[in-house]
Amino acid sequence: MTEIVKGIVGLLIAVGVLLHLVAAIGVIRLPDVYTRNHAASKAATLGIMVILLATFLYFYLINGQFNSRILLGIAFFFLTSPVAGHLIGRAAYNSGVKLWDKSVRDDLKTSRSSKKE
Amino acid sequence: MAFQILLNVFLGFMWMVMTVSFEPAVFLKGYLLGLLIIYIFRNLFTSRFYLLRIVAVLKLTYIFIRELISSNIAVVKTVLKPKLDMQPGIFAYPTILEKNWEITLLANLITLTPGTLVIEVSSDNKILYVHALDINDAQESIDSIKDTFEKAILEVGR
Repeated sequence: MTEIVKGIVGLLIAVGVLLHLVAAIGVIRLPDVYTRNHAASKAATLGIMVILLATFLYFYLINGQFNSRILLGIAFFFLTSPVAGHLIGRAAYNSGVKLWDKSVRDDLKTSRSSKKE
Repeated sequence: MAFQILLNVFLGFMWMVMTVSFEPAVFLKGYLLGLLIIYIFRNLFTSRFYLLRIVAVLKLTYIFIRELISSNIAVVKTVLKPKLDMQPGIFAYPTILEKNWEITLLANLITLTPGTLVIEVSSDNKILYVHALDINDAQESIDSIKDTFEKAILEVGR
């Protein structure tokens, strides 16, 4: 039983760490703020949730210690990180950061310029 | 809905007082009996039977987690692809939702969907401006996915 639990916990932590690695690579490699935001806000969210879940399972199933603060942390990350991603993207757009070579970027720009006229 | 839950808790307490045994198991039994009573008298309430709404919330949570996992797979694929050949762009998405919490929930769901991120909500709450990681293949499939999201959120808010 403990061996199975340890295996699952190890697998979850490995997945979480790999997701964080991919998020970091994405932040370095992708071309502009908005695409970097995709990598950082999604991969890092699931990565940290998986690591916290593995920590919770380890302490609950092996030490018999029910730590509800970890579950609360998972819930808070789930709720707040998409909002943070949205706010970073919005702040970047409003302060005039340019996009990469793009196909259909015009929607927001056309609505803004038509409002000004 | 909150009124129905409160009534159900009250019926559970009534059952505890009537049987003169104050234990959690007795409360649970009274709660289930109260649920049955509320189901029988469901036509007398202005809102619908509250268990349906709880089922809708659970369904929405399931969609949330499923989309989070599939969006991560998509991001990993994009980042680790040897050539950066995606075409990002911003498109407008008109929404039919009206209440503020529904729009917030939809924006969160879209942000966790594969390859999309909400940049701006228009000031009259009618249009969401969404940044897509790859705009070519995304457009139509994303619209269909969001139809399921909007439907699920409407199911909760009804």
